[in-house]
Amino acid sequence: MIEINKLNAWFDDNHVLKDVDIKVPKNGSFGLVGESGSGKSTVLRTITGLVDDWEGEILVNNKELGPKRDKTFYRLVQMVFQDPFGSLHPRHTIDRILTEPVNIHGLGDSDARVVQALEQVGLDNSFRFRYPHQLSGGQRQRVAIARALILEPKILLLDEPTSALDVSIQAEVLNLLSRLRRELGLTYIMVSHDLAVVAHMCDDIAIMNHGRIVERASATQLAEGTLEHPYSQQLYKAAGGYDRAVIDSFVDWD
Amino acid sequence: MPNETLLSVKNLEVMFNTPKGDVHAVRGVSFDLGRERLGIVGESGSGKSQTGRAILGLTAANGKITADQLKFHDVDLANLTPKQWRKVRGARISMIMQDPKYSLNPVMTIGDQIIEAYREHHKVNAKEARHRAIDMLDAVKIRDPERVFNSYPHEVSGGMGQRVMIAMMLIPDPELIIADEPTSALDVTVQLQVMAILDDLVRDRGMALIFISHDLQLVSSFCDRVLVMYQGLVVEEIKASALHEAKHPYTKGLLNCLPKMDGDHTDLPILEREASWAEG
Repeated sequence: MIEINKLNAWFDDNHVLKDVDIKVPKNGSFGLVGESGSGKSTVLRTITGLVDDWEGEILVNNKELGPKRDKTFYRLVQMVFQDPFGSLHPRHTIDRILTEPVNIHGLGDSDARVVQALEQVGLDNSFRFRYPHQLSGGQRQRVAIARALILEPKILLLDEPTSALDVSIQAEVLNLLSRLRRELGLTYIMVSHDLAVVAHMCDDIAIMNHGRIVERASATQLAEGTLEHPYSQQLYKAAGGYDRAVIDSFVDWD
Repeated sequence: MPNETLLSVKNLEVMFNTPKGDVHAVRGVSFDLGRERLGIVGESGSGKSQTGRAILGLTAANGKITADQLKFHDVDLANLTPKQWRKVRGARISMIMQDPKYSLNPVMTIGDQIIEAYREHHKVNAKEARHRAIDMLDAVKIRDPERVFNSYPHEVSGGMGQRVMIAMMLIPDPELIIADEPTSALDVTVQLQVMAILDDLVRDRGMALIFISHDLQLVSSFCDRVLVMYQGLVVEEIKASALHEAKHPYTKGLLNCLPKMDGDHTDLPILEREASWAEG
């Protein structure tokens, strides 16, 4: 479904992605893990066309992407951003937020589509004419997911979709994402700094550091803790909580 | 004495007067704190930060604090004048905030900010203060303290900024540190390293620490004792090492809904909230 070969990207003179290769099968779920500045979000942003200076090969549905993305691309691929407080227009109602993509793509029948999208993310109709500030963080993230789903895409790019949420709300949103993937046959690429979130959601995982994929693992390998690269081992140990001996063994990867 | 009581809080209430009616943010919180590390854990809106802020008298102007007792040694924190507060805040009780980007002064060098914090409470000359500040930056394991001393906050990373905050808060040598989500904005490995630095300093100087966080597992691996808050109430107090024996359904629910690295992709248990938890 998605294949990325030798992807390189630059922010001015800064080489931020170095030879990134990713392959995600249809209905698969691929996780990218890393710390800030590792380039994990940049991979998603390059796919959606938010990064200009890149080289390499990105294939979606066996079709190679050029420098510009057209409307058919965005019907197929949608992105959900990290911060539900920043990604929804504060002065638009939920109805308007959800209707806008329908109109842009000229799909028509926006009324029924809005109702359906809200239902898919578990929000009842009473939310439809509210503003984002009247919603909690978890409800806003549901709206952001609904906005992505309303175009009936096949691929969702998820950039830290739950890191701004409380853990109990995170569990609800993760369950929602799992259910949608099952029911709608979606393909995910999910970015997170949290190894456990990615291990729970994804079949295949890549660990990134300084723009490079340093290790690939399956969810089973992660469960067994059989990671090889010292950086991924460090990340794995850090997920275990505060342990003085472990912390003293940390190395800086600058 | 390891077990003398530094801070005694009895029946602390914080109430906010808002256009939409009164909000009861903290409802009858009581605890005694010795020279130990106490964790306060809860989700957004549980009142954990407001508890910390009330202790330092930092509640917003539309808030009202009442307590049967709010005592730090023999100082009654409930009835201090602004002048008396200045002798307590920073000097004896100090607070580390969440985000160094917002809590450091952007137009003042890091060195000057640390010196300001020190000279506010200690009468020393500029040279001695500078010396102290650089020693303190060294104590929080900043590799090139001279360079960081002359830098502005935007020139250092988030982890470094938070170490600067710790240096600034610890240099007046307070007895009690309140750390409100001090590492939540940082990467996991940096987060743990910053906590280790805080841990060492608090231990070496015999300080007490209140560590406020949303991360139950992290707090319980770091603190001696944990208070779990829900809707302004302390629903459970547990020894950190006995977290797995937690009894309250809210605490158990919080632990269960965390994703685990066990290769299991089935749905996570959802926290079912019961109205009775909020009744105290």
